[in-house]
Amino acid sequence: MKMTPKLATLLVLGALVLLAPFLFPSNFYYRVGSLIFVNAIAVTGIVILTGYAGQISLGHAGFAGIGAYACALAPAHFGIHPALAVVLGAAISGLLAWLVGRPILRLKGYYLGVATLGLGILISMMLNNERQLTRGPDGIDVPELGMRALLKGWGLDLTNGQFWYYFCGLCMILGAWLALNLHDSPSGRALRALHGSEIAARTVGVDVARMKLQAFVISAVYASVSGSLLALQNKFITPDVAGFMHSIEMVTMAVLGGVGSVLGAIFGAAILTLLPQVLTIFAEYEQLVLGLVMMLVMIFLREGLLPSILRKLRRKGE
Amino acid sequence: MTASRDDRTTLLSVEGLGISFGGLKAVNDVSFAVKPGEIVSVIGPNGAGKTTLFNMISGVYQPGAGRISLNGEEVTGMEPHLLARRGMSRTFQNLQIFQSMTVLENAISGFHLQERGSVLADLLGLPASRRRAGAAEEGARKLLARVRLEEEADREAGNLSYGSLKRLEIARAMASQPKILLLDEPAAGCNAVETEEIDHLIAEIAASGVAILLVEHDMKMVMRISNHIVVLDHGEKIAEGDPATVSRDPAVIAAYLGAEARTGGDHA
Repeated sequence: MKMTPKLATLLVLGALVLLAPFLFPSNFYYRVGSLIFVNAIAVTGIVILTGYAGQISLGHAGFAGIGAYACALAPAHFGIHPALAVVLGAAISGLLAWLVGRPILRLKGYYLGVATLGLGILISMMLNNERQLTRGPDGIDVPELGMRALLKGWGLDLTNGQFWYYFCGLCMILGAWLALNLHDSPSGRALRALHGSEIAARTVGVDVARMKLQAFVISAVYASVSGSLLALQNKFITPDVAGFMHSIEMVTMAVLGGVGSVLGAIFGAAILTLLPQVLTIFAEYEQLVLGLVMMLVMIFLREGLLPSILRKLRRKGE
Repeated sequence: MTASRDDRTTLLSVEGLGISFGGLKAVNDVSFAVKPGEIVSVIGPNGAGKTTLFNMISGVYQPGAGRISLNGEEVTGMEPHLLARRGMSRTFQNLQIFQSMTVLENAISGFHLQERGSVLADLLGLPASRRRAGAAEEGARKLLARVRLEEEADREAGNLSYGSLKRLEIARAMASQPKILLLDEPAAGCNAVETEEIDHLIAEIAASGVAILLVEHDMKMVMRISNHIVVLDHGEKIAEGDPATVSRDPAVIAAYLGAEARTGGDHA
Protein backbone atom coordinates (compact mmCIF):
# COMPACT_ATOMS: atom_id res chain seq x y z
CA MET A 1 0.00 0.00 0.00
CA LYS A 2 1.28 3.44 -0.91
CA MET A 3 2.08 5.74 2.01
CA THR A 4 -0.30 8.62 1.33
CA PRO A 5 -0.46 11.66 3.63
CA LYS A 6 -3.89 10.40 4.71
CA LEU A 7 -2.57 7.01 5.77
CA ALA A 8 0.42 8.62 7.49
CA THR A 9 -1.82 10.95 9.49
CA LEU A 10 -4.09 8.13 10.60
CA LEU A 11 -1.13 5.93 11.58
CA VAL A 12 0.46 8.73 13.59
CA LEU A 13 -2.82 9.43 15.41
CA GLY A 14 -3.44 5.73 16.06
CA ALA A 15 0.08 5.20 17.38
CA LEU A 16 -0.17 8.25 19.65
CA VAL A 17 -3.50 7.17 21.12
CA LEU A 18 -2.19 3.64 21.79
CA LEU A 19 1.33 4.46 22.97
CA ALA A 20 0.75 7.60 25.06
CA PRO A 21 -0.69 5.66 28.07
CA PHE A 22 2.74 3.98 28.56
CA LEU A 23 4.14 7.40 29.42
CA PHE A 24 1.33 8.47 31.75
CA PRO A 25 2.69 9.26 35.23
CA SER A 26 -0.80 8.78 36.70
CA ASN A 27 -4.33 7.80 35.76
CA PHE A 28 -5.24 11.48 35.72
CA TYR A 29 -3.66 11.70 32.29
CA TYR A 30 -6.32 9.46 30.74
CA ARG A 31 -8.67 12.28 31.58
CA VAL A 32 -6.36 14.90 30.01
CA GLY A 33 -6.02 12.69 26.94
CA SER A 34 -9.75 12.33 26.45
CA LEU A 35 -10.18 16.11 26.79
CA ILE A 36 -7.58 16.57 24.06
CA PHE A 37 -9.49 14.16 21.80
CA VAL A 38 -12.81 15.91 22.45
CA ASN A 39 -11.28 19.25 21.51
CA ALA A 40 -9.55 17.64 18.52
CA ILE A 41 -12.92 16.55 17.13
CA ALA A 42 -14.31 20.10 17.24
CA VAL A 43 -11.07 21.43 15.76
CA THR A 44 -11.21 18.92 12.88
CA GLY A 45 -14.56 20.50 11.99
CA ILE A 46 -12.87 23.91 12.02
CA VAL A 47 -10.25 22.54 9.61
CA ILE A 48 -13.01 21.67 7.15
CA LEU A 49 -14.73 25.05 7.49
CA THR A 50 -11.73 27.35 7.82
CA GLY A 51 -8.79 25.34 6.51
CA TYR A 52 -10.49 23.88 3.45
CA ALA A 53 -13.25 26.40 2.65
CA GLY A 54 -11.67 29.55 4.11
CA GLN A 55 -14.76 30.54 6.10
CA ILE A 56 -14.60 31.73 9.69
CA SER A 57 -17.04 30.90 12.47
CA LEU A 58 -16.86 32.62 15.86
CA GLY A 59 -19.77 30.73 17.35
CA HIS A 60 -19.02 27.05 16.95
CA ALA A 61 -19.24 26.50 20.71
CA GLY A 62 -22.97 27.09 20.28
CA PHE A 63 -23.18 23.82 18.36
CA ALA A 64 -21.08 22.11 21.04
CA GLY A 65 -23.66 23.43 23.53
CA ILE A 66 -26.50 21.92 21.51
CA GLY A 67 -24.71 18.57 21.38
CA ALA A 68 -23.97 18.67 25.11
CA TYR A 69 -27.46 19.67 26.24
CA ALA A 70 -29.06 17.18 23.86
CA CYS A 71 -27.34 14.47 25.92
CA ALA A 72 -28.58 16.01 29.15
CA LEU A 73 -32.16 16.80 28.12
CA ALA A 74 -33.24 14.27 25.48
CA PRO A 75 -32.83 11.16 27.70
CA ALA A 76 -34.65 12.89 30.58
CA HIS A 77 -37.53 14.32 28.55
CA PHE A 78 -37.98 11.88 25.67
CA GLY A 79 -36.57 8.82 27.35
CA ILE A 80 -34.16 8.09 24.50
CA HIS A 81 -30.76 6.44 24.96
CA PRO A 82 -27.85 8.90 25.42
CA ALA A 83 -26.16 7.48 22.30
CA LEU A 84 -29.24 8.44 20.29
CA ALA A 85 -29.19 11.85 21.95
CA VAL A 86 -25.73 12.39 20.40
CA VAL A 87 -27.25 11.75 16.96
CA LEU A 88 -30.24 13.98 17.75
CA GLY A 89 -27.93 16.81 18.89
CA ALA A 90 -25.87 16.45 15.72
CA ALA A 91 -29.03 16.56 13.60
CA ILE A 92 -30.31 19.70 15.35
CA SER A 93 -26.90 21.38 15.05
CA GLY A 94 -26.68 20.48 11.37
CA LEU A 95 -30.18 21.75 10.70
CA LEU A 96 -29.57 25.00 12.58
CA ALA A 97 -26.29 25.53 10.71
CA TRP A 98 -28.14 24.96 7.45
CA LEU A 99 -30.90 27.45 8.35
CA VAL A 100 -28.47 30.13 9.52
CA GLY A 101 -25.86 29.50 6.85
CA ARG A 102 -28.18 29.45 3.85
CA PRO A 103 -28.90 33.18 3.65
CA ILE A 104 -25.47 34.27 4.92
CA LEU A 105 -23.23 32.13 2.76
CA ARG A 106 -24.68 33.63 -0.41
CA LEU A 107 -22.90 36.83 0.59
CA LYS A 108 -19.20 37.36 0.17
CA GLY A 109 -16.85 38.38 2.95
CA TYR A 110 -16.85 37.88 6.69
CA TYR A 111 -20.59 37.90 7.29
CA LEU A 112 -20.44 34.32 8.52
CA GLY A 113 -18.04 35.31 11.32
CA VAL A 114 -20.34 38.05 12.56
CA ALA A 115 -23.52 36.00 12.22
CA THR A 116 -22.06 32.96 14.00
CA LEU A 117 -20.76 35.24 16.74
CA GLY A 118 -24.37 36.31 17.32
CA LEU A 119 -25.69 32.76 17.06
CA GLY A 120 -23.16 31.47 19.60
CA ILE A 121 -24.04 34.19 22.09
CA LEU A 122 -27.74 33.54 21.55
CA ILE A 123 -27.41 29.82 22.28
CA SER A 124 -25.23 30.50 25.30
CA MET A 125 -27.80 33.01 26.66
CA MET A 126 -30.63 30.55 26.14
CA LEU A 127 -28.80 27.83 28.06
CA ASN A 128 -28.11 30.30 30.88
CA ASN A 129 -31.60 31.78 31.09
CA GLU A 130 -34.05 28.96 30.37
CA ARG A 131 -33.76 27.73 33.93
CA GLN A 132 -36.82 25.46 33.95
CA LEU A 133 -35.30 23.49 31.11
CA THR A 134 -31.52 23.79 31.49
CA ARG A 135 -31.19 24.65 35.20
CA GLY A 136 -29.23 27.75 34.14
CA PRO A 137 -25.59 28.55 34.92
CA ASP A 138 -25.36 25.92 37.68
CA GLY A 139 -25.34 23.18 35.09
CA ILE A 140 -27.23 19.94 34.72
CA ASP A 141 -26.57 16.22 35.18
CA VAL A 142 -25.99 14.03 32.14
CA PRO A 143 -26.90 10.32 32.19
CA GLU A 144 -24.34 7.54 31.91
CA LEU A 145 -23.68 6.35 28.34
CA GLY A 146 -23.65 2.77 29.62
CA MET A 147 -21.12 1.52 27.13
CA ARG A 148 -18.50 0.74 29.77
CA ALA A 149 -20.86 -1.71 31.45
CA LEU A 150 -21.54 -3.25 28.05
CA LEU A 151 -17.81 -3.72 27.41
CA LYS A 152 -17.41 -5.19 30.87
CA GLY A 153 -20.06 -7.75 29.97
CA TRP A 154 -17.86 -8.70 27.01
CA GLY A 155 -14.89 -9.16 29.30
CA LEU A 156 -13.18 -5.81 28.66
CA ASP A 157 -12.87 -4.16 32.05
CA LEU A 158 -11.74 -0.53 31.74
CA THR A 159 -11.67 2.21 34.36
CA ASN A 160 -13.89 5.18 33.62
CA GLY A 161 -10.86 7.28 32.61
CA GLN A 162 -9.50 4.55 30.34
CA PHE A 163 -12.85 3.99 28.65
CA TRP A 164 -13.32 7.64 27.76
CA TYR A 165 -9.70 7.95 26.67
CA TYR A 166 -9.95 5.11 24.15
CA PHE A 167 -13.52 5.89 23.09
CA CYS A 168 -12.84 9.58 22.40
CA GLY A 169 -9.54 8.62 20.77
CA LEU A 170 -11.42 6.32 18.41
CA CYS A 171 -13.99 9.02 17.65
CA MET A 172 -11.19 11.51 16.94
CA ILE A 173 -9.51 9.12 14.49
CA LEU A 174 -12.86 8.46 12.82
CA GLY A 175 -13.41 12.23 12.49
CA ALA A 176 -9.91 12.69 11.09
CA TRP A 177 -10.51 9.88 8.60
CA LEU A 178 -13.68 11.55 7.31
CA ALA A 179 -11.97 14.94 7.03
CA LEU A 180 -9.01 13.41 5.18
CA ASN A 181 -11.33 11.57 2.81
CA LEU A 182 -13.01 14.87 2.09
CA HIS A 183 -9.71 16.68 1.48
CA ASP A 184 -8.82 14.78 -1.69
CA SER A 185 -12.36 14.18 -2.87
CA PRO A 186 -14.22 16.21 -5.51
CA SER A 187 -16.13 18.11 -2.81
CA GLY A 188 -12.97 18.84 -0.82
CA ARG A 189 -11.21 20.05 -3.93
CA ALA A 190 -14.13 22.36 -4.67
CA LEU A 191 -13.93 23.76 -1.13
CA ARG A 192 -10.21 24.38 -1.38
CA ALA A 193 -10.73 25.87 -4.83
CA LEU A 194 -13.26 28.43 -3.63
CA HIS A 195 -10.87 29.21 -0.78
CA GLY A 196 -8.09 29.91 -3.29
CA SER A 197 -10.17 31.97 -5.72
CA GLU A 198 -13.90 32.21 -5.42
CA ILE A 199 -14.38 33.64 -8.88
CA ALA A 200 -12.26 30.95 -10.54
CA ALA A 201 -14.11 28.24 -8.61
CA ARG A 202 -17.40 29.63 -9.88
CA THR A 203 -16.23 29.63 -13.48
CA VAL A 204 -15.25 25.95 -13.32
CA GLY A 205 -18.81 25.26 -12.20
CA VAL A 206 -18.55 25.17 -8.39
CA ASP A 207 -21.81 26.22 -6.75
CA VAL A 208 -19.95 28.29 -4.17
CA ALA A 209 -22.87 29.08 -1.85
CA ARG A 210 -23.88 25.42 -1.73
CA MET A 211 -20.38 24.13 -1.06
CA LYS A 212 -19.77 26.65 1.73
CA LEU A 213 -23.07 25.67 3.30
CA GLN A 214 -22.11 21.99 3.22
CA ALA A 215 -18.79 22.74 4.91
CA PHE A 216 -20.55 24.82 7.56
CA VAL A 217 -23.09 22.08 8.31
CA ILE A 218 -20.41 19.38 8.50
CA SER A 219 -18.27 21.45 10.86
CA ALA A 220 -21.31 22.18 13.06
CA VAL A 221 -21.91 18.44 13.36
CA TYR A 222 -18.27 17.93 14.44
CA ALA A 223 -18.67 20.61 17.15
CA SER A 224 -21.95 19.06 18.29
CA VAL A 225 -20.44 15.57 18.65
CA SER A 226 -17.50 17.08 20.54
CA GLY A 227 -19.92 18.78 22.97
CA SER A 228 -21.88 15.55 23.41
CA LEU A 229 -18.76 13.55 24.24
CA LEU A 230 -17.67 16.18 26.76
CA ALA A 231 -21.07 16.11 28.48
CA LEU A 232 -21.24 12.31 28.55
CA GLN A 233 -17.79 11.83 30.04
CA ASN A 234 -18.23 14.59 32.64
CA LYS A 235 -21.78 13.36 33.40
CA PHE A 236 -22.45 17.04 34.02
CA ILE A 237 -22.52 20.13 31.84
CA THR A 238 -22.74 23.90 32.30
CA PRO A 239 -23.54 26.60 29.71
CA ASP A 240 -19.80 27.42 29.55
CA VAL A 241 -19.52 24.75 26.87
CA ALA A 242 -21.41 27.11 24.53
CA GLY A 243 -19.55 30.24 25.68
CA PHE A 244 -17.75 32.69 23.47
CA MET A 245 -14.35 31.76 24.96
CA HIS A 246 -14.88 28.15 23.90
CA SER A 247 -15.59 29.28 20.30
CA ILE A 248 -12.41 31.32 20.28
CA GLU A 249 -10.48 28.41 21.79
CA MET A 250 -11.54 26.14 18.91
CA VAL A 251 -10.36 28.60 16.27
CA THR A 252 -7.16 29.31 18.21
CA MET A 253 -6.28 25.63 18.51
CA ALA A 254 -6.81 25.10 14.79
CA VAL A 255 -4.88 28.18 13.72
CA LEU A 256 -2.03 27.55 16.17
CA GLY A 257 -1.46 23.98 14.99
CA GLY A 258 -2.13 24.65 11.31
CA VAL A 259 -5.68 25.10 10.10
CA GLY A 260 -4.99 23.63 6.67
CA SER A 261 -3.88 20.29 8.06
CA VAL A 262 -5.89 17.82 10.12
CA LEU A 263 -2.82 16.57 11.99
CA GLY A 264 -1.62 20.14 12.59
CA ALA A 265 -4.93 21.26 14.03
CA ILE A 266 -5.11 18.23 16.31
CA PHE A 267 -1.56 19.05 17.42
CA GLY A 268 -2.80 22.56 18.25
CA ALA A 269 -5.70 21.12 20.23
CA ALA A 270 -3.26 18.94 22.18
CA ILE A 271 -0.96 21.82 23.04
CA LEU A 272 -3.67 24.21 24.15
CA THR A 273 -5.45 21.53 26.17
CA LEU A 274 -2.22 20.39 27.84
CA LEU A 275 -0.69 23.78 28.62
CA PRO A 276 -3.21 24.88 31.26
CA GLN A 277 -3.06 21.40 32.86
CA VAL A 278 0.72 21.29 33.00
CA LEU A 279 1.50 24.93 33.68
CA THR A 280 -0.84 25.44 36.59
CA ILE A 281 1.57 28.09 37.86
CA PHE A 282 0.55 30.18 34.87
CA ALA A 283 -3.15 29.90 35.71
CA GLU A 284 -3.36 33.63 36.37
CA TYR A 285 -1.60 34.47 33.15
CA GLU A 286 -3.12 31.79 30.93
CA GLN A 287 -4.93 34.21 28.60
CA LEU A 288 -1.84 36.40 28.47
CA VAL A 289 0.45 33.54 27.51
CA LEU A 290 -2.05 32.28 24.94
CA GLY A 291 -2.36 35.69 23.32
CA LEU A 292 1.40 36.01 23.13
CA VAL A 293 1.83 32.53 21.64
CA MET A 294 -0.84 33.27 19.03
CA MET A 295 0.83 36.54 18.06
CA LEU A 296 4.23 34.93 17.69
CA VAL A 297 2.85 32.06 15.63
CA MET A 298 0.97 34.41 13.32
CA ILE A 299 4.06 36.55 12.83
CA PHE A 300 6.69 33.85 12.41
CA LEU A 301 4.87 30.63 11.50
CA ARG A 302 1.86 31.81 9.58
CA GLU A 303 0.69 28.40 8.37
CA GLY A 304 0.57 27.15 11.96
CA LEU A 305 3.09 25.22 14.05
CA LEU A 306 3.08 21.81 12.41
CA PRO A 307 3.01 22.76 8.70
CA SER A 308 5.70 25.39 9.27
CA ILE A 309 7.94 22.98 11.15
CA LEU A 310 7.48 20.26 8.52
CA ARG A 311 8.30 22.72 5.74
CA LYS A 312 11.49 23.79 7.51
CA LEU A 313 12.53 20.17 8.03
CA ARG A 314 11.87 19.36 4.38
CA ARG A 315 14.00 22.32 3.26
CA LYS A 316 16.81 21.17 5.51
CA GLY A 317 16.54 17.69 4.02
CA GLU A 318 17.02 18.98 0.47
CA MET B 1 -37.34 34.67 -29.31
CA THR B 2 -36.25 36.82 -32.22
CA ALA B 3 -34.40 34.81 -34.83
CA SER B 4 -32.65 37.85 -36.20
CA ARG B 5 -29.69 36.18 -37.83
CA ASP B 6 -28.73 32.60 -38.61
CA ASP B 7 -29.33 31.52 -35.01
CA ARG B 8 -28.44 27.92 -35.70
CA THR B 9 -24.80 28.62 -36.33
CA THR B 10 -24.50 31.36 -33.72
CA LEU B 11 -23.12 30.03 -30.45
CA LEU B 12 -22.90 33.23 -28.43
CA SER B 13 -24.82 36.33 -29.25
CA VAL B 14 -24.53 39.64 -27.43
CA GLU B 15 -27.16 42.28 -28.14
CA GLY B 16 -27.14 45.89 -26.94
CA LEU B 17 -25.10 45.02 -23.84
CA GLY B 18 -24.36 47.86 -21.43
CA ILE B 19 -23.38 48.61 -17.84
CA SER B 20 -22.76 51.79 -15.85
CA PHE B 21 -20.66 52.33 -12.77
CA GLY B 22 -21.77 55.40 -10.82
CA GLY B 23 -23.17 57.18 -13.87
CA LEU B 24 -20.20 56.32 -16.07
CA LYS B 25 -21.15 54.12 -18.99
CA ALA B 26 -18.36 51.54 -18.92
CA VAL B 27 -19.91 49.57 -21.77
CA ASN B 28 -22.71 50.87 -23.96
CA ASP B 29 -24.86 49.11 -26.55
CA VAL B 30 -22.36 46.48 -27.69
CA SER B 31 -23.55 43.72 -30.02
CA PHE B 32 -21.71 40.89 -31.76
CA ALA B 33 -21.90 37.15 -32.32
CA VAL B 34 -19.53 34.18 -32.11
CA LYS B 35 -19.83 30.95 -34.11
CA PRO B 36 -18.45 27.52 -33.17
CA GLY B 37 -14.76 27.09 -33.92
CA GLU B 38 -14.33 30.79 -34.57
CA ILE B 39 -11.75 33.04 -32.91
CA VAL B 40 -13.28 36.42 -32.15
CA SER B 41 -11.09 39.09 -30.58
CA VAL B 42 -12.17 42.15 -28.65
CA ILE B 43 -9.60 44.93 -28.87
CA GLY B 44 -9.41 48.54 -27.84
CA PRO B 45 -7.25 50.97 -25.89
CA ASN B 46 -6.84 50.59 -22.12
CA GLY B 47 -10.09 51.38 -20.32
CA ALA B 48 -12.20 50.71 -23.40
CA GLY B 49 -14.34 48.28 -21.40
CA LYS B 50 -13.01 44.95 -22.71
CA THR B 51 -12.67 43.20 -19.36
CA THR B 52 -15.98 44.69 -18.18
CA LEU B 53 -17.62 43.22 -21.27
CA PHE B 54 -16.03 39.85 -20.45
CA ASN B 55 -17.22 40.03 -16.87
CA MET B 56 -20.79 40.63 -18.02
CA ILE B 57 -20.73 37.80 -20.54
CA SER B 58 -19.27 35.37 -17.98
CA GLY B 59 -21.77 36.32 -15.28
CA VAL B 60 -19.39 38.11 -12.92
CA TYR B 61 -21.24 41.43 -13.43
CA GLN B 62 -24.97 41.85 -13.95
CA PRO B 63 -25.47 43.76 -17.22
CA GLY B 64 -27.47 46.98 -16.93
CA ALA B 65 -28.92 46.60 -20.41
CA GLY B 66 -29.08 44.19 -23.31
CA ARG B 67 -29.14 40.42 -23.58
CA ILE B 68 -26.74 37.54 -23.96
CA SER B 69 -27.71 34.19 -25.40
CA LEU B 70 -25.72 31.01 -25.48
CA ASN B 71 -26.76 28.24 -27.86
CA GLY B 72 -30.12 29.94 -28.42
CA GLU B 73 -30.88 30.17 -24.69
CA GLU B 74 -30.98 33.52 -22.94
CA VAL B 75 -28.33 33.58 -20.21
CA THR B 76 -28.20 37.30 -19.34
CA GLY B 77 -26.90 37.79 -15.79
CA MET B 78 -26.73 34.07 -15.08
CA GLU B 79 -24.35 32.91 -12.33
CA PRO B 80 -20.93 31.75 -13.55
CA HIS B 81 -21.37 28.17 -12.28
CA LEU B 82 -24.62 27.85 -14.24
CA LEU B 83 -22.92 29.24 -17.34
CA ALA B 84 -20.19 26.63 -16.87
CA ARG B 85 -22.86 23.92 -17.03
CA ARG B 86 -24.06 25.43 -20.32
CA GLY B 87 -20.61 25.27 -21.85
CA MET B 88 -18.90 28.58 -21.06
CA SER B 89 -15.46 28.75 -19.53
CA ARG B 90 -12.94 31.55 -19.05
CA THR B 91 -9.50 32.64 -17.92
CA PHE B 92 -8.55 35.83 -16.12
CA GLN B 93 -6.37 38.81 -16.92
CA ASN B 94 -4.93 38.76 -13.41
CA LEU B 95 -4.33 35.04 -12.90
CA GLN B 96 -6.87 33.24 -10.72
CA ILE B 97 -4.92 30.08 -9.93
CA PHE B 98 -5.54 28.00 -6.80
CA GLN B 99 -2.10 28.86 -5.42
CA SER B 100 -1.88 26.38 -2.56
CA MET B 101 -2.92 23.42 -4.70
CA THR B 102 -0.61 21.41 -6.90
CA VAL B 103 -0.62 21.92 -10.66
CA LEU B 104 -2.45 18.62 -11.06
CA GLU B 105 -5.11 19.56 -8.50
CA ASN B 106 -5.67 22.85 -10.31
CA ALA B 107 -6.30 20.96 -13.52
CA ILE B 108 -8.54 18.41 -11.76
CA SER B 109 -10.60 21.30 -10.34
CA GLY B 110 -11.54 22.14 -13.90
CA PHE B 111 -13.36 18.81 -14.05
CA HIS B 112 -15.63 19.79 -11.16
CA LEU B 113 -18.82 19.41 -13.19
CA GLN B 114 -17.89 15.87 -14.23
CA GLU B 115 -16.49 14.72 -10.89
CA ARG B 116 -18.89 16.32 -8.40
CA GLY B 117 -21.21 14.06 -6.44
CA SER B 118 -22.70 13.57 -3.00
CA VAL B 119 -20.64 15.12 -0.20
CA LEU B 120 -21.53 12.14 1.98
CA ALA B 121 -19.91 9.73 -0.48
CA ASP B 122 -16.87 12.02 -0.48
CA LEU B 123 -16.65 12.07 3.33
CA LEU B 124 -16.87 8.30 3.54
CA GLY B 125 -14.41 7.84 0.67
CA LEU B 126 -16.87 5.52 -1.09
CA PRO B 127 -15.69 3.77 -4.27
CA ALA B 128 -18.07 5.94 -6.33
CA SER B 129 -16.34 9.06 -5.05
CA ARG B 130 -12.88 7.64 -5.80
CA ARG B 131 -13.95 6.57 -9.25
CA ARG B 132 -15.13 10.09 -10.07
CA ALA B 133 -11.92 11.58 -8.72
CA GLY B 134 -9.83 9.00 -10.59
CA ALA B 135 -11.49 9.75 -13.91
CA ALA B 136 -10.97 13.47 -13.36
CA GLU B 137 -7.29 12.92 -12.56
CA GLU B 138 -6.79 10.93 -15.74
CA GLY B 139 -8.42 13.69 -17.79
CA ALA B 140 -6.37 16.33 -15.98
CA ARG B 141 -3.08 14.57 -16.76
CA LYS B 142 -4.01 14.43 -20.43
CA LEU B 143 -4.80 18.14 -20.42
CA LEU B 144 -1.53 18.95 -18.66
CA ALA B 145 0.31 17.03 -21.37
CA ARG B 146 -1.53 19.07 -23.96
CA VAL B 147 -0.28 22.34 -22.45
CA ARG B 148 3.16 20.82 -21.78
CA LEU B 149 2.92 20.93 -18.00
CA GLU B 150 2.92 17.20 -17.27
CA GLU B 151 6.40 17.40 -15.73
CA GLU B 152 5.18 20.00 -13.23
CA ALA B 153 2.08 18.06 -12.14
CA ASP B 154 3.08 17.61 -8.50
CA ARG B 155 4.57 21.06 -7.92
CA GLU B 156 2.70 23.64 -5.91
CA ALA B 157 1.05 25.92 -8.48
CA GLY B 158 2.31 29.07 -6.75
CA ASN B 159 5.89 28.15 -7.70
CA LEU B 160 5.33 28.05 -11.46
CA SER B 161 6.56 30.64 -13.94
CA TYR B 162 4.09 33.21 -15.21
CA GLY B 163 3.84 31.70 -18.67
CA SER B 164 3.24 28.23 -17.22
CA LEU B 165 0.47 29.56 -15.01
CA LYS B 166 -1.20 31.13 -18.04
CA ARG B 167 -1.16 27.73 -19.76
CA LEU B 168 -2.38 26.03 -16.59
CA GLU B 169 -5.33 28.39 -16.48
CA ILE B 170 -6.21 27.53 -20.07
CA ALA B 171 -5.94 23.82 -19.25
CA ARG B 172 -8.25 24.25 -16.27
CA ALA B 173 -10.75 26.17 -18.40
CA MET B 174 -10.63 23.45 -21.09
CA ALA B 175 -11.35 20.70 -18.56
CA SER B 176 -15.07 21.41 -18.46
CA GLN B 177 -15.15 20.75 -22.23
CA PRO B 178 -16.58 24.19 -23.01
CA LYS B 179 -18.28 25.16 -26.22
CA ILE B 180 -16.93 28.65 -25.85
CA LEU B 181 -13.78 29.75 -24.10
CA LEU B 182 -13.25 33.36 -22.99
CA LEU B 183 -9.57 34.26 -22.76
CA ASP B 184 -8.74 37.55 -21.05
CA GLU B 185 -5.26 38.61 -22.17
CA PRO B 186 -3.75 35.11 -22.26
CA ALA B 187 -0.40 36.43 -23.48
CA ALA B 188 -0.08 39.46 -21.18
CA GLY B 189 3.27 39.47 -19.42
CA CYS B 190 4.57 36.52 -21.42
CA ASN B 191 7.82 36.60 -23.38
CA ALA B 192 7.96 35.97 -27.14
CA VAL B 193 8.42 32.20 -26.80
CA GLU B 194 5.60 31.86 -24.28
CA THR B 195 3.33 34.02 -26.44
CA GLU B 196 3.96 31.79 -29.43
CA GLU B 197 3.17 28.70 -27.36
CA ILE B 198 -0.14 30.19 -26.24
CA ASP B 199 -0.81 31.31 -29.80
CA HIS B 200 -0.48 27.70 -31.04
CA LEU B 201 -2.56 26.41 -28.16
CA ILE B 202 -5.45 28.78 -28.97
CA ALA B 203 -5.39 27.85 -32.66
CA GLU B 204 -5.39 24.17 -31.69
CA ILE B 205 -8.39 24.59 -29.36
CA ALA B 206 -10.33 26.52 -32.00
CA ALA B 207 -9.54 23.85 -34.58
CA SER B 208 -11.18 21.29 -32.30
CA GLY B 209 -14.47 23.20 -32.70
CA VAL B 210 -14.43 25.35 -29.56
CA ALA B 211 -15.35 28.99 -30.08
CA ILE B 212 -12.84 31.46 -28.65
CA LEU B 213 -13.55 34.97 -27.46
CA LEU B 214 -10.27 36.76 -26.89
CA VAL B 215 -9.19 40.00 -25.26
CA GLU B 216 -5.56 40.66 -26.10
CA HIS B 217 -3.12 43.55 -26.30
CA ASP B 218 -0.59 41.79 -28.48
CA MET B 219 -1.79 43.11 -31.87
CA LYS B 220 0.46 40.81 -33.87
CA MET B 221 -1.15 37.83 -32.22
CA VAL B 222 -4.67 39.22 -32.63
CA MET B 223 -4.19 39.94 -36.32
CA ARG B 224 -2.62 36.53 -36.91
CA ILE B 225 -5.15 34.26 -35.24
CA SER B 226 -8.51 36.07 -35.24
CA ASN B 227 -11.32 35.32 -37.70
CA HIS B 228 -13.25 38.33 -36.55
CA ILE B 229 -12.39 41.43 -34.54
CA VAL B 230 -14.62 43.71 -32.46
CA VAL B 231 -13.11 47.10 -31.61
CA LEU B 232 -14.21 48.99 -28.49
CA ASP B 233 -13.41 52.55 -27.50
CA HIS B 234 -14.86 54.35 -24.48
CA GLY B 235 -17.25 51.43 -23.97
CA GLU B 236 -18.75 51.58 -27.47
CA LYS B 237 -18.21 49.37 -30.47
CA ILE B 238 -16.51 51.52 -33.12
CA ALA B 239 -15.74 48.83 -35.70
CA GLU B 240 -16.11 45.13 -36.44
CA GLY B 241 -14.86 42.83 -39.19
CA ASP B 242 -12.02 40.59 -40.30
CA PRO B 243 -8.45 41.59 -39.36
CA ALA B 244 -7.68 43.20 -42.72
CA THR B 245 -10.82 45.35 -42.70
CA VAL B 246 -10.43 46.42 -39.09
CA SER B 247 -6.78 47.35 -39.45
CA ARG B 248 -7.69 49.68 -42.35
CA ASP B 249 -10.66 51.27 -40.58
CA PRO B 250 -9.94 54.97 -40.03
CA ALA B 251 -11.86 55.09 -36.75
CA VAL B 252 -9.82 52.18 -35.41
CA ILE B 253 -6.55 53.70 -36.54
CA ALA B 254 -7.49 56.96 -34.85
CA ALA B 255 -8.59 55.34 -31.60
CA TYR B 256 -6.14 52.54 -31.20
CA LEU B 257 -3.65 51.58 -33.85
CA GLY B 258 -2.76 55.22 -34.39
CA ALA B 259 -1.94 55.66 -30.75
CA GLU B 260 0.02 52.43 -30.88
CA ALA B 261 1.99 53.63 -33.90
CA ARG B 262 2.77 56.99 -32.30
CA THR B 263 4.25 55.35 -29.20
CA GLY B 264 6.64 53.37 -31.38
CA GLY B 265 4.55 50.25 -31.82
CA ASP B 266 7.64 48.03 -31.60
CA HIS B 267 5.69 45.34 -29.74
CA ALA B 268 2.66 45.68 -31.96
